[in-house]
Amino acid sequence: MSDARTAEFLEFVQAGGQVETDDWLPEEYRKRLIKFIEMHGNSELMGVLPERDWILRAPTLQRKLALTAKIQDEVGHCQLIYRVVEDLGKPRAQCLDDLISGKSKFHNVFHYPTRSWGDVGVIAWLVDAAAIISQKALLKCSYAPYARVMKKVCWEESFHILHGRDTVLAMVTGTPEQFELVQEAVTRWWEPLMHFHGTPIPADEDPMLHWRIKSQGNEEARQQFLDGYVPQILELGLELPDPNLRKNEGGLWEYTEPDWEKLTAVVTGHGPASQERLAFRRLSRADVDWVSRVMLPEAA
Amino acid sequence: MIYEVFRQERKGQPFVHGGSFHAPDQAFADAYAREFYARRQESVALWVVPREQIVEIDEFPDEFDLKYRRVDGYSIKARLAIARERAGSATSPGTDGG
Ligand SMILES: [Fe+2]
Ligand SMILES: [Fe+2]
Repeated sequence: MSDARTAEFLEFVQAGGQVETDDWLPEEYRKRLIKFIEMHGNSELMGVLPERDWILRAPTLQRKLALTAKIQDEVGHCQLIYRVVEDLGKPRAQCLDDLISGKSKFHNVFHYPTRSWGDVGVIAWLVDAAAIISQKALLKCSYAPYARVMKKVCWEESFHILHGRDTVLAMVTGTPEQFELVQEAVTRWWEPLMHFHGTPIPADEDPMLHWRIKSQGNEEARQQFLDGYVPQILELGLELPDPNLRKNEGGLWEYTEPDWEKLTAVVTGHGPASQERLAFRRLSRADVDWVSRVMLPEAA
Repeated sequence: MIYEVFRQERKGQPFVHGGSFHAPDQAFADAYAREFYARRQESVALWVVPREQIVEIDEFPDEFDLKYRRVDGYSIKARLAIARERAGSATSPGTDGG
């Protein structure tokens, strides 16, 4: 009986149908949604930590304001996305607890340190570009409340990419030392960027595609990223650290196979900055705990 | 408490649901709504409503087949053809009516 209902549900979403919070949802679908959306929310929140380190070190007032505005956006994304998770049945306080205890995950790129102002430009430009590709594909998510939130998120993201590209352009047109800072950052960020969209699992084996939570396979997203951004990087005279990177006659990008075990290690808390970031998040959660107790009695 | 936000993008346009947030009271809700939904002037007006105040109705049975209230309840093609025939004003068939 419930199997027939699930089959009917699947058929509906696979034909492009979208469902709402109050609709009947198969248990597996709900579980997968919560896990996926929660990780997205975690990533927005953890993603501001590498950038936060640079607010006080931004080179001009204009850059400081822009970076602060971007960080405000990202925290806002987290807020919106956690609301979607809450309506699916997992309270925000629980999400925050699971994040700092290491029970839930956040995106690989936020497990790395930022070494120079060049990193700030490269993150806002290329990490946000990679993220917006995934987020645009979520506009068609079978779970409508999430898709609606993505509309606002994608709209705000476009400013982030431009702010990043402008920062990079200012540096590559500056002194040789400034150019070198960008080159060094691009070289260091290339591996995490190639990891970003995940292992190239075939579309028909991807449960996220099966339930139409995502509408795009991992490799498809990576190809789109390479297609859009490799030319933009190379035209600035920057180099990418992969001798096998090229577009073949079929129009597909070839590259050195990334180390997927390293990706697994990084997202399970063994990245170069994983523990430091989690420790900081724990600290700030303890620090502001009194605020949520005063402001949101029901959340305490 | 959870508040729902409806935003109007330009004067004269309908208010569209934007999203929701937690706030302890109406004053904070007002401040959060401005920050979350209008800090880039992307809205000209906001409706901020406690979620529990919203009444949702989502079932509309049509037991009595009330098609006569709708455009698809009428098919005038055949009668129009007869009327035109009688009036001697018939043009080539199927160019009009529906
Ligand atoms: Fe974001
Ligand atoms: Fe962003």
